Amino acid sequence: MAFLEARGVCKGFGPRDQPAQRTEVLRDINLELERGEFLAIVGYSGAGKTTLISMLAGLTLPDQGTITLNGKPIRGPGPERGVVFQNYSLLPWLSVFENVMLAVDQVFKAKTQAEKRAHVERYVAMVNLSHAIDKKPAELSGGMRQRVSLARALAMEPEVLLLDEPLGALDALTRATLQDELARICQVSGKTILLITNDVDEGILLGDRIIPLGMGPAATLGPSIAVTLARPRDRKALNHEDTFKSLRGRVIEYLLGEGRKQVKKPRASAEPVASSLASAPARGSEVTP
Amino acid sequence: MTTSSKAISQRFVETVLIPMLGIACVIVLWAITSATLVKALPSPLQTWHASKLYVLEPFAKRGELDQGILRFTWYSLQRVAKGYALALLIGTPLGFVLGVSKFFTKAFDPIIQILRPVSPLAWLPLGLVLFQKPDPAATFTIAMCSMWPTVLNTALGVRSIPQDYINVARVLQLSKQKRLFKIMLPAALPYMFTGFRLSLGIAWLVIVASEMLTGAPGVGGFLWQEYNSLIYEHLILCICTIGLVGFVLDRLMSMVEMRLRVA
Ligand SMILES: Nc1ncnc2c1ncn2[C@@H]1O[C@H](COP(=O)(O)OP(=O)(O)OP(=O)(O)O)[C@@H](O)[C@H]1O
Ligand SMILES: [Mg+2]
Repeated sequence: MAFLEARGVCKGFGPRDQPAQRTEVLRDINLELERGEFLAIVGYSGAGKTTLISMLAGLTLPDQGTITLNGKPIRGPGPERGVVFQNYSLLPWLSVFENVMLAVDQVFKAKTQAEKRAHVERYVAMVNLSHAIDKKPAELSGGMRQRVSLARALAMEPEVLLLDEPLGALDALTRATLQDELARICQVSGKTILLITNDVDEGILLGDRIIPLGMGPAATLGPSIAVTLARPRDRKALNHEDTFKSLRGRVIEYLLGEGRKQVKKPRASAEPVASSLASAPARGSEVTP
Repeated sequence: MTTSSKAISQRFVETVLIPMLGIACVIVLWAITSATLVKALPSPLQTWHASKLYVLEPFAKRGELDQGILRFTWYSLQRVAKGYALALLIGTPLGFVLGVSKFFTKAFDPIIQILRPVSPLAWLPLGLVLFQKPDPAATFTIAMCSMWPTVLNTALGVRSIPQDYINVARVLQLSKQKRLFKIMLPAALPYMFTGFRLSLGIAWLVIVASEMLTGAPGVGGFLWQEYNSLIYEHLILCICTIGLVGFVLDRLMSMVEMRLRVA
């Protein structure tokens, strides 16, 4: 059994007793994440990416299906699953230090005050924000806020990191810088990470595997595509590499092709993998069901 | 240089000169009214002459019923402080509970809406019946009248805490206590403070009524006593004082409120 696993997960919103007004957001989600693995999920806006991560975090429960961590079903949120929320979710009345401290205080109850301080300072330094450690979120730029949010999640030293479009609100240049920073931090920490993104290149640049999420309503996950590029990955060189191009081609092909079909029949979970295998150029990378 | 001094003089005109003009207009209107329409109304000059002693020696105490105007104000403020403190002490937790629980809102919102418009003149006799003494009755009245904005705004503040903040608390598994003091209270504080400010306004509004009925020394008590002694100049003095003090209190509170909003 995989470290983090979702089996047949469905989720909808709206009144349960009136199916006409109820929208099914996610259908039949199957997901496996091994310890130490970096998985990227790419999908359309509004497809249900945040909904998926909320369920993995335990903030909402699935309508059907099960999610397990370490073999134990997830019943609620917990600090062993660190979340970087899409909209940072920093507490505006606390400084950068205090925001991170709130998490550290809660997770490392046994540490002394001095140890906790050092711990917070270490993680703030990791995201290159030592100079702004006493600032309030309102005084920070969008990118800096996202880094604080990342520092807070990392400082909890969780077993899994759930990142919901952590770089989504940024301009292309800042985004590229933070991607490199994220890649560095992830390699150093060796954590199990699930990254949600709307940028295919970002997913390939950072992930060990990439899975496209189709268009909603009733979105399902596409085939899992292993990213066989060696690390550390250089974004400039990558653009010319054939493997990178073919990976990107396959993800985009799924998203524009099968993943965009709006009306889906319920079906067995093994099928979409097989069908995309047939259509995908099988060059330089493998498909794992 | 010239542009900045121009800007300063512009500000001076807007914040000092134009309001002065408005005040002058009202005083002229008042003078005309007292000279022509209502002879019983003291003129501005008469008012000033009769009030001079109370204004120029604001803290003097010549007798129980004859004291400087700020001394009377001080008594009133103390009374207001007691009632206001009680209002916040009851109103804030009540508002919190209403904000958190749909059930409580459904159960208690109607009764709050019914009690809210009740006048201080109606509460005070009940207070006298309950406590048998004027002072606690006044405190009770002020609290009963001024509590509602705090209750309603606190409830609103708690209801509008962003789900994101709650999610942070849930992921960290904060204890109930920490969740309250580290997340909910700071998040709701700007709304709560708006409630506090409105409540203070009402508490001050109520003071005159409660002092009139109980005959306690204070601006309101002084006003009523001077009415009974037919010294109408002092009524105007009292009205101006009450208005000014209310204005200053509101300014002070909104300064704190602004700071909270920015933070
Ligand atoms: N609490 C909710 N109540 C009702 N509908 C919801 C709720 N949360 C999400 N939805 C719906 O579920 C769908 C998926 O939302 P979700 O936030 O998961 O999208 P997303 O993939 O994260 O989008 P984005 O990339 O824009 O962040 C949307 O159509 C949204 O309207
Ligand atoms: Mg989202």
